[in-house]
Amino acid sequence: MLEGYLPLFVFLVLCIAFPLAALLVGKALRPSVFAPAKLESYECGIEAVGGARGRYSVRFYLVAILFVIFDVETVFLFPWAVRYKQLGWFGVAEALVFLGILVVGYVWAYKKGALEWV
Amino acid sequence: MDFILLSILKTAIAAPVLLGTLAYLVWIERKVLAHVQLRMGPSRVGPHGLLQPIADAIKLLTKEDFIPSYVNHVYYWLAPWLALMFAVTAISVIPIGPIVEIFGVKTNMGQADISIGLLLILGLTGMGVYGIALAGWSSNNKYSLLGGLRSSAQMISYELPMALAIASPLLIVNTLNLREIVNGQAGYVFGIIPNWNAVGGLQMFSFLIYLICAFAETNRIPFDLPEAENELVSGYNTEYSSMKFAAFFMAEYANIITACSVATTLFLGGWHPIIPNELGGQFIPTLICFFFAGVLFYHALNPARPSDRLSMGVIGAIILGLGLMFQVPVVKDLAQPLFWFASKAGFLIFVFIWVRGTVPRFRYDQLMRFAWLVLFPAALLNLLLTAFVVAAKSN
Amino acid sequence: MDVILFTFFALVAIVGAVSLVLQKHPISSALSLVSVMVALSVLFLLLGAEFIAAAQLVVYSGAIMVLFVFVIMLLNAGAERESRKGGLAQFLGLPLTAILLVFASYVITQSMSNAKAVKFGAFTGGGPREVGWELFTRYLLPFEVTSILILIAIAGAVVLARKEID
Repeated sequence: MLEGYLPLFVFLVLCIAFPLAALLVGKALRPSVFAPAKLESYECGIEAVGGARGRYSVRFYLVAILFVIFDVETVFLFPWAVRYKQLGWFGVAEALVFLGILVVGYVWAYKKGALEWV
Repeated sequence: MDFILLSILKTAIAAPVLLGTLAYLVWIERKVLAHVQLRMGPSRVGPHGLLQPIADAIKLLTKEDFIPSYVNHVYYWLAPWLALMFAVTAISVIPIGPIVEIFGVKTNMGQADISIGLLLILGLTGMGVYGIALAGWSSNNKYSLLGGLRSSAQMISYELPMALAIASPLLIVNTLNLREIVNGQAGYVFGIIPNWNAVGGLQMFSFLIYLICAFAETNRIPFDLPEAENELVSGYNTEYSSMKFAAFFMAEYANIITACSVATTLFLGGWHPIIPNELGGQFIPTLICFFFAGVLFYHALNPARPSDRLSMGVIGAIILGLGLMFQVPVVKDLAQPLFWFASKAGFLIFVFIWVRGTVPRFRYDQLMRFAWLVLFPAALLNLLLTAFVVAAKSN
Repeated sequence: MDVILFTFFALVAIVGAVSLVLQKHPISSALSLVSVMVALSVLFLLLGAEFIAAAQLVVYSGAIMVLFVFVIMLLNAGAERESRKGGLAQFLGLPLTAILLVFASYVITQSMSNAKAVKFGAFTGGGPREVGWELFTRYLLPFEVTSILILIAIAGAVVLARKEID
C-alpha cells in the first residue's frame, strides 16, 4: 500500500531542504549594510501613509466561501468520474440530481448578484 | 530496501535536472519574448547568453536582503519557503514515461506512482495559495496585501473550473493514477489519429478550459493581476529581495512546469508518439533532431556574427548526436518516451511564453466575472455533455 | 517505515493542535490548524484511506483553511486579549483532558482490537475507485442529501454577505 507513496516522501525531504538551503546559503555571501531608509516599507519613494492593516472588501470573503462550497462538490465528482463506466446511465442520473440541486444554488447566487464583482 | 534506494537514486537524478530546467526556463522565456518583440534577448554572458542563468543565480545569492522593520518576521520567512516547497512537491507524481526495465530493475519513469496522483496535484496547487497570501499579509505593505488578496482570490476562483475540466477526461480513462491515464490514451482512431483525450477523445473543450485556468493559477499574463506593475508595483513580492524573491520566481516556473506536464498527461497522451510506431513514429525524434542540426549547420556556414561559426556548429553536432541516440537499441526505450513527453510539455510552455508576448492584461472585475460566470458554467456543461456521450458510447 | 512516518506526523499533528490553542495571534492559530490538517491527511494515507487523504488535503487544508486565513486577513484581527481564566477550568482542565484521553483510548483498544483498519497496510479499500463504488451504490441517499446541505450553505453565505454589500 505505502510502497507507491515512498518516493513521494523521499522527494518531500528534498523539497523541504532545497528552499531552506537556497534561503540560507545566501546569508553567508551577501553584504548587510545598515541604512534607515531600508527599514521603511515601500510606497514608491514617498513616505508611507498609514499602515497596511485595514479592512478590505467583503467580496474577497464571498469568493472564498463560495469556493469552499463548490470545492466540496467538485471533490465528490472525482470518485464518480473514476467509476463512471460501471455506473452507466445510472451514474448520469445520479450526477444530474446532484448537480441539478447545486445549479439551483448557483443560479440563485447569480440572481442575488453574489457572483458579480463590482 | 531496494525500493528506498531506487527512489533516493531517482530523486538524486531528478533534482539537478529540475533545477537546471527552472534556471534555463528563465533564459528561454527571455529569448522567446525578445524574438516576439524583434529584439535579441540576453546575449552578453556566454554565447547567446547561455550563461545568463548562472549569472542571475550569483547575483541573487549575493544581493543584500533587506527586511523592512514593519514586517512579521516569521511569516515573511515562511511564505517563500512554503510557495517553493508546494510547487516543487507537485512535480513528484508526474510520470514522464512508461514502466521500463533497466539492467533487470523494473521501475516507473517518474517519482511516485500513486492512485490519487491527480487529486494530490490539485491539493498541492491549492496549498500554493498560502505562500502568496502570507507573503502579502506579512509584508505589511498596502501593495503587497492587495496583491496577495487578489492573487489568492484569483487562484481559488480558477481552481473550480480547472477541477471540473480535469474531471471530464477522467470519465473516459476512469482512473486518477497519472500513468494509467496515459495508458488509457494509447492507440489510434482509424489507425492514424492519436487516441489522446484532446484529439481522438474529443476533449478539446476541456483542454481549452484547463489551459485558461492554468494561466490564471500560475499568475501569468493575461491573468497576472497580482503583479500588475502599473497598479501594485510588484504585488505580493514588493517587499522581497535577494533569494526570497528568487524563491517566488522559481515557484512560479515550477508551477508552469507542473501545469504543462499535467496537461500533457491528461489531454495530449503523455509519452505516446503522434504517429503509430509502425507507420514510422519512432523515426520522428531523429528526423526532428536532424532538421534542427541542419538549420544550425547552415547558420554555422553563413554566420551572422563571427562567433556563430563555432557555437552553432558545436550545438548542431550535439543535436545530431542526440538524434542518433534515439535509434540505439537499449537507450531507445528510455529516450523515445522522454522525447515525446518533453516536446509536448515544452510546446505548452512555449505557448505560455508566446501568450505573454501577445495578450494584454485583464481588468480585475473582468477576471473574476470570467471565472464565475463564463468558465464555471462552461466547464459544468462540458462535464455533463461528456457524461452523456460516454454513457451513450459504452451502452 | 510506517511506524516512523506515523510517529513523525502524529507528533506534527499534536504539536500543531497545542500551538493552535496557545498562539495569541489568529493567523498563527490558523496556520497551526493547517499543519494539523496536513499531518492528518498523511495519517489517513498510512491507514490506507487514500481518497480521504486526498480529499482532506484538497478540502480542509486547501479550501476551508484558506477561507479562515482570508477572513483573518480581511478583518485585520489583532492578537487576542487574555480573558480572565476561570478558577475551576484552570485546576480541572488538564486532569479531565487526561482522563478523557485515557478513557477514549481504552474504549478503542477494547472494542476494535482486531479491526483491519488499525494495522498499517492491512486495509486496501480506500482508493478512489472503491470509495466511488460504495458512495454511488450503497450510500447513494446520503450523497444526494449532501447536495441539499451544500445548497443551504450557499444560501447562508450569500445572505450573510449581501447585508454588507447593500
